[in-house]
Amino acid sequence: MNIGSFLLMRQEILLLAIILLLIICEIFISQNKKSSIIHLAIFLFGIHTIVGFFAIEESEIFGGMFRTNGLIHFFKNVLNIGVLIILLQSADWLQEKIVHENRGTEFFVLLFSSLLGMYFMISSGDFLMFYLGLELSMLPVAALAAYETTQRKSSEAGIKLILSSALASGVSLFGISMLYATTGSIYFNDIIEVITATNLSILGLILFFAGLGFKISLVPFHFWTADVYEGAPISIASYLSVISKGAAIFILMILLFTVLKPLMHIWENIIYVIAVATMFIGNLFALRQQNMKRFLAFSSIAQAGFILLGLIIGNQLGAATVVYFVLVYVFSNLAAFGVVQAISLRTGKEKMSDYEGLYRTNPNLSLVMMLALFSLAGIPPVAGFFGKFFLFTAAASEGYYILVFIAVVNVTISLYYYLLVVRAMFLRQSDTAIPFFKNNLYMRLGLIIAVLGILILGIYSPVYDYIYELSKNIL
Amino acid sequence: MIEGISIYEILTLTSILFFIGIYGFITRKNLISILISVELILNASVVNFVVINKYLYPDILQGVFVSIFIIAIAAAETALAVSIIINLYRQISSVEVKDTEIMKY
Repeated sequence: MNIGSFLLMRQEILLLAIILLLIICEIFISQNKKSSIIHLAIFLFGIHTIVGFFAIEESEIFGGMFRTNGLIHFFKNVLNIGVLIILLQSADWLQEKIVHENRGTEFFVLLFSSLLGMYFMISSGDFLMFYLGLELSMLPVAALAAYETTQRKSSEAGIKLILSSALASGVSLFGISMLYATTGSIYFNDIIEVITATNLSILGLILFFAGLGFKISLVPFHFWTADVYEGAPISIASYLSVISKGAAIFILMILLFTVLKPLMHIWENIIYVIAVATMFIGNLFALRQQNMKRFLAFSSIAQAGFILLGLIIGNQLGAATVVYFVLVYVFSNLAAFGVVQAISLRTGKEKMSDYEGLYRTNPNLSLVMMLALFSLAGIPPVAGFFGKFFLFTAAASEGYYILVFIAVVNVTISLYYYLLVVRAMFLRQSDTAIPFFKNNLYMRLGLIIAVLGILILGIYSPVYDYIYELSKNIL
Repeated sequence: MIEGISIYEILTLTSILFFIGIYGFITRKNLISILISVELILNASVVNFVVINKYLYPDILQGVFVSIFIIAIAAAETALAVSIIINLYRQISSVEVKDTEIMKY
């Protein structure tokens, strides 16, 4: 192993360098210029995102603990774009609420540390690296959820998130210890060769799956989701619902499709039941929500249920559709969260009834919100339709017709509550409508990138073909 | 390796420890007790890793390494959870679960 092989993890090294640079800048920037750290952090992360697009060869280092290939590298870029949009959308909030308390740098350091953990988690080649990445990605987010220290809701969100995720990783670890007992190794490459369906390994699989299910907020483990999203700052809620969930789905997919493939006849039954429960409970609870953050929380639970349709078939087509859906979901959900954040910051209103008559006062924001909700619901011209269409095609190709039928029923239910918001914005009139306001440059840029992503991914098909090409590497 | 004690006794002990942790997490009414229950779960996994390593695969020390990392991370987790609990206590003067219910349904 020579020094050049470290370049394989250059994205991680670059992100670590940014974190250290920000800490040093915090010392040297004078008190009255603290807001310049926001511009610096966004600029540095923009460079990091662009540098990430340069190709990386497929290889592994540290005896197989850290590995990378085309699909993993592509997914890291997806996470980068998502975090960049979140940074752009939260710049305004940081400027107004956080910087004058002198805590601006910590926000970026914690957020980037969490992203670093996700890099290590999705590139992990053994269970130790996987566990370290999982914890590094979850602990800073819990601190960030409790970041508005004067707000009681924020502290409650933080304590709920840290306790649930600690329980989840504990359960997951107990499962990993059982997989270790049956196979005698924690390295993925060794486990693939010897794992068989014994009682102990099945129990290990179930406990391990339960632990990751907490992170993805699948249904029996979803109770923390709505509370945390409501209490946490909105940028952190969007981070949890998009980046954190996307990374957890990706590593779950890699592990199920490669390491745990010999147990496929077990986990496809588990996923079948959980997918049905997740779609129904997510959708039915979303129907009765009045708070927009809780509404988006339950909608994101339901979306996780749809993603399981791609996981269940366990082949290249499934991997490609899952990654494509997550890519689309990043843009659609961030557009929706961006609008909620802009309105919440300017007026403090988060109820669905406050959105009545929004089109007359803020037409641009309403159009962005409408596109985002159409994409989440899956209405044809925008990208969300193709994401769902490919997932359903993938599940149908392996003969899961009943599951696809249940999913289509759920799409219809979800259409109802997404259109409730659209109706409130466009058709209702209200004397107390939210007055017109202008967003700052960063927020507008964040919303524009998200909208462009929704529109371009819907009409430009080579993206899907590219992902399909990449995903043959993982099997 | 302990003389006269097979792996079954120790794995039974860790399983009991694990389920005590789960039970405590669900039933306790105090945030600190919930945290202690989580620690029980993590410690059950630590003992599991060491015992499996020692009894079944004594050639390579993988399980022992994992257990060291788990102990370190459990400490970080506890520190963060306690600091959030302290912050919550400053606002509501309580660490009871029933007082953290302003967001519901």
